[in-house]
Amino acid sequence: MTRTPSTEADGAVDGPTEATVPEPRRRGVVPAPLRWVTGRLVGAVVVLWAVATLIFFAIRLVPGDPAEAILGGPGSQASAEALALVREQYGLDDPLVVQYLAQLGRLVVGDLGTSYSLRTDVSGLLLEQLPGTVLLAVLSLVVAWALALGTAWWATLGGRTAAAVSSSLEIVASAVPHFWLAGVLVLVLSTQLGWLPPVSTGTPVGIVLPVVTLAIPVAGFLGQVTRDSLLDAAAAPFALTARARGESRSGLFRRHLLRHAALPGLALSGWAFGSLLSGAVVVESIFARPGLGRTLLQAVTLRDIPLVTGVALASALAYVVVVALGDLAERAVDPRERAA
Amino acid sequence: MTVIAELPRVRSRARARVRPPEVAAAIVLGAVVLAAVAPQLLAPGDPLAVSPVDAFSPPGLAHPFGTDESGRGIWTRVVHGTGASLSIGAMATLIGTALGVVLGVAAGFGGGRLPGRIADAGVSRLLEVLFALPGLLLALVVIAFTGPGAVPATIAVGLATAPGYARIVRSQVVRVRRSAMVEAAVVLGRRPGTVLLRHVLPNALAPVVVLATLGLGQAVVWASSLSYLGLGAPPPAPEWGAMLSAGRTYSTTAWWMTVFPGLAVVVTAASATVLGRALARRGSELP
Repeated sequence: MTRTPSTEADGAVDGPTEATVPEPRRRGVVPAPLRWVTGRLVGAVVVLWAVATLIFFAIRLVPGDPAEAILGGPGSQASAEALALVREQYGLDDPLVVQYLAQLGRLVVGDLGTSYSLRTDVSGLLLEQLPGTVLLAVLSLVVAWALALGTAWWATLGGRTAAAVSSSLEIVASAVPHFWLAGVLVLVLSTQLGWLPPVSTGTPVGIVLPVVTLAIPVAGFLGQVTRDSLLDAAAAPFALTARARGESRSGLFRRHLLRHAALPGLALSGWAFGSLLSGAVVVESIFARPGLGRTLLQAVTLRDIPLVTGVALASALAYVVVVALGDLAERAVDPRERAA
Repeated sequence: MTVIAELPRVRSRARARVRPPEVAAAIVLGAVVLAAVAPQLLAPGDPLAVSPVDAFSPPGLAHPFGTDESGRGIWTRVVHGTGASLSIGAMATLIGTALGVVLGVAAGFGGGRLPGRIADAGVSRLLEVLFALPGLLLALVVIAFTGPGAVPATIAVGLATAPGYARIVRSQVVRVRRSAMVEAAVVLGRRPGTVLLRHVLPNALAPVVVLATLGLGQAVVWASSLSYLGLGAPPPAPEWGAMLSAGRTYSTTAWWMTVFPGLAVVVTAASATVLGRALARRGSELP
């Protein structure tokens, strides 16, 4: 996932500003940022096509009638009219190739079909649910990074006890299931202390518990890799040199070690995205928060295949975007990436 | 799963000393396995025996973890649920590693010739696509097609973990394949099948054992999450996630119903992680 497009020998391009300036194509030299964007776009299209293809054939693999599979699986007792409608909508009586191409054609124009359980347009529904989940995930990621860097900082500066304590905290944090963490947080902070609402209602404080629940396991994982790399950097000669020049311990951390600490975590952004989205399924259900996760759970429970397909495609697209952003962040933090 | 991929590169100054947390983790995992194999030894009661008089007793001498709405002991149910939770996690890990090895070998063993390159490109693209549906997402999509249940949940979690293992196996196979040892075997006229079984697999699989230990914890967490969401083991069975889900209704009045089954998941997963990291550290000291 961390493939970096190498620049041409004479492609002296740097800085993202060049991406907007279309350079004349000479001898097939394309500006690196433009090539980076093109590469990502092609990757995104390939991933979306592949996910759509996998699901298309999965529907046909379910034993029995594909029309029934779309309407909630075998034994869903879909009415004859509904089955006939789906058969017509998806062209299930056409040859497989025609069906497949028609499906891809609908995908290209952004038509994800109709959710049979909610009786609405899937793409519209996704757009409606997206902002809530994105907000939740972004806030959680920020909190997770703050927690991870905070414990890593404490572990490097605080001596052996701090290192041991933070290391065990990280392992426990990364092993905690979201559903249990949410339950315990609600029990302590809502039921016992009454500080925070147990459901994520429209009020701004409602988002605190979901965000903390999502952030802690991610922080555990980020903390583990961050600390490993931080300790390696702290043992490197440049750290000793900086200290010898009179850099203070916290100055060393801020100005020299922080970049090293952040890198492996940024390389894991695709993984962090997965954890956040999987967690969102659980957390949005527990805190009764509208969003993509809860929509997906509903769709899976009711076996609403058009909606499941829609969420899967949306999250695959989001994954590609997140990995690209992680790659950009890595370049911003690591000068070596830019020179390469 | 990428996290796991990063772990074997543990710093070399960590020596092969046995540390107290690792011993504790091994003891805990041993107890968990014992509870799975012979629950009667640790909790003689019947996990399904209803006793309405004892309903909602808080943790005490008779019931160390309290009782649920039907008066069934939570301790007994947690112990008897170990078998279900652990075997779902272990089977899922087994499915994940087996698929991972098949895909990884298919991608990595072909080498530089054309069929090998095509297989590598094909499998690698497939893995990239599967990585775009990370974590529970792939498992949920699988369950949308299979319907809920303990067996579908196991298969779904197994499928969801497979891409991570496949990527590691591929890189290991590629590494071993390029070694002088394999080159020598090829020069001596060994058949590809023999080279694969005698040389490549034994050397490529050592990290997989470590990763499977680390992955077991994750698989137990995911499997219990699916049960919690009502997509795994059905409610009457004592399974950790299902117990938690049942206790949710009473979480304000009977906290023990949700806290203890969850604690079992956390302790199992954390122990597997500690043990996996210990194994990884040992592994990194081998040449």
